[in-house]
Amino acid sequence: MSKTRTTSFVEAAVLIAAILLPFLLQALGEEFYIGFATRLLIFALAATSLNFIVGYGGMVAFGHAAFFGGGAYVVAFLMQAGIVSAWITWPLAMFVAVGAALAIGALSLRTRGVYFIMITLAFAQMIYYSVISLQSAGGDDGLPLEQRSTLVPFDLANDTTLYWVALVALVICLIALKRLSHSRYGRALAGLRQNEQRMEALGYPVDRLKLACFVIGAGVAGLAGALLANQNGLASPTQLYWTQSGMLLVMVILGGVGQRYGGVLGAIALLGLEEALGLMTEYAHLYIGLALLAVVLFAPRGLAGLAGLRRG
Amino acid sequence: MSALLEIAGLKRHFGGLWATNGVDLTIERGEIHALIGPNGAGKTTLIHLISGALRPDAGRIVFAGADIAHHDMHERVALGITRSYQITQIFPHLPALENVRLAVQSRRRDWGSSFRMCRPASADFRMIEEAEEWLGRVGLAEAAGQIAADLAHGQQRALELAMALATRPQLLLLDEPMAGMGPEESAHMAALIASLKGEQTVLLVEHDMDIVFRLADRISVLVAGRVIISDSPDIVRNHPDVRRAYLGDEIQ
Repeated sequence: MSKTRTTSFVEAAVLIAAILLPFLLQALGEEFYIGFATRLLIFALAATSLNFIVGYGGMVAFGHAAFFGGGAYVVAFLMQAGIVSAWITWPLAMFVAVGAALAIGALSLRTRGVYFIMITLAFAQMIYYSVISLQSAGGDDGLPLEQRSTLVPFDLANDTTLYWVALVALVICLIALKRLSHSRYGRALAGLRQNEQRMEALGYPVDRLKLACFVIGAGVAGLAGALLANQNGLASPTQLYWTQSGMLLVMVILGGVGQRYGGVLGAIALLGLEEALGLMTEYAHLYIGLALLAVVLFAPRGLAGLAGLRRG
Repeated sequence: MSALLEIAGLKRHFGGLWATNGVDLTIERGEIHALIGPNGAGKTTLIHLISGALRPDAGRIVFAGADIAHHDMHERVALGITRSYQITQIFPHLPALENVRLAVQSRRRDWGSSFRMCRPASADFRMIEEAEEWLGRVGLAEAAGQIAADLAHGQQRALELAMALATRPQLLLLDEPMAGMGPEESAHMAALIASLKGEQTVLLVEHDMDIVFRLADRISVLVAGRVIISDSPDIVRNHPDVRRAYLGDEIQ
């Protein structure tokens, strides 16, 4: 079998396994892990959206928590206002993330490299401190959701349904990412990553191309945030904090910067390690740090690179 | 012939140094115009100013009737000014063909915007065919599938020329296209530039005087940030100021 056919075969097998996973967990009487698997999917979605900005757009953004947490708060706010339908609140969560990214991106993209890292971090921290100082946003406690969003005709109150919805969102995102990477826009991003000056000299509007990438990544992060608020029953300030941005970046680096499945593999590896090591030792984060170090030193293309998965 | 580019009173300083100190320069449509001058005369700065990599402190750059002194670089490319660089600027990890196809994609907005995210770019054969034509034009037809970084230095310079040509500029700015080349590669590049004569307006910065005097229709001499003469090769060669300021005893 050719490499692409092997890859498609593995993709199909993993997808089927992912669809059937809740049935397996129910049969084993381990329903608790359906929630954990949903968390994995949501973080995989958020990490993939960051990987799009970092790995495809070549912008090391350190403020992704603003969009991820922002999406959660939009859903929680609207629920307090009595709007519970996911058909309204989730697109709005994406919309707000996109709007924030337009403003933050337009200002941050005037800078490059380490300055870009710092300015995106600064904007995200500004949003964090604004939100926790708001009494109506629950301050340090966050905003609890009275119930899950409704997604007629599906019943999101059911954990398995929420799992499948998160899976559908992730799969659509990954398919879109594949299509996009071969499109005119995707090829232009490939050029940008390699030689921004040359792209400008060929007549490409470099800043607008990068802003579009930043905004798309933020919009998807907003959706992931909306999903996480539903999974946790809470829009939490920690989801807006810089450590959340750092955690998503670690996932991207672990999984593989610019690799299509980098975000997914990174989320599974990091959360999986936390869960597994957390049961065994108090020093889980020490071992995770060592694993990250090993990947950076010995597998610069991350777990996706180790697995022989190709870009695009 | 009519003026394609008219520069008047152009100034740009870096700290206390006026790298461009009141440049007046006219480039006629269809000519190969060489820009020469001693090191530090401000040749590359002038290329940066015309291409949009730098903004002038004063003066006008009128291109095809419009003052573009403060346009962004990508806007100038859309208007018809494309440059090459002294140090090779390509997409090293992409195949040669894709390097040129990206140039075609940039120009042919009527075939599809570069913000289109769904349809595969490779499904548009027109872009690939045109990119192949440009590669053939610079003698790289055989190298289309090779990764750009694996090409020889001279081939990379030729690839860069193909990319610049593929944007179909009205004015092509070539900043030392033979930099770092051996005699054979230089001769090939000189022949390529000569093949543009009559169909492509070129502003050429080059150190090799033999090539400059052979290729250029007109030559401008830049000394200390000013153009001291702009005329035909014969007149420039024999002009006493030029000989004193720049050529010395090099040309007898």
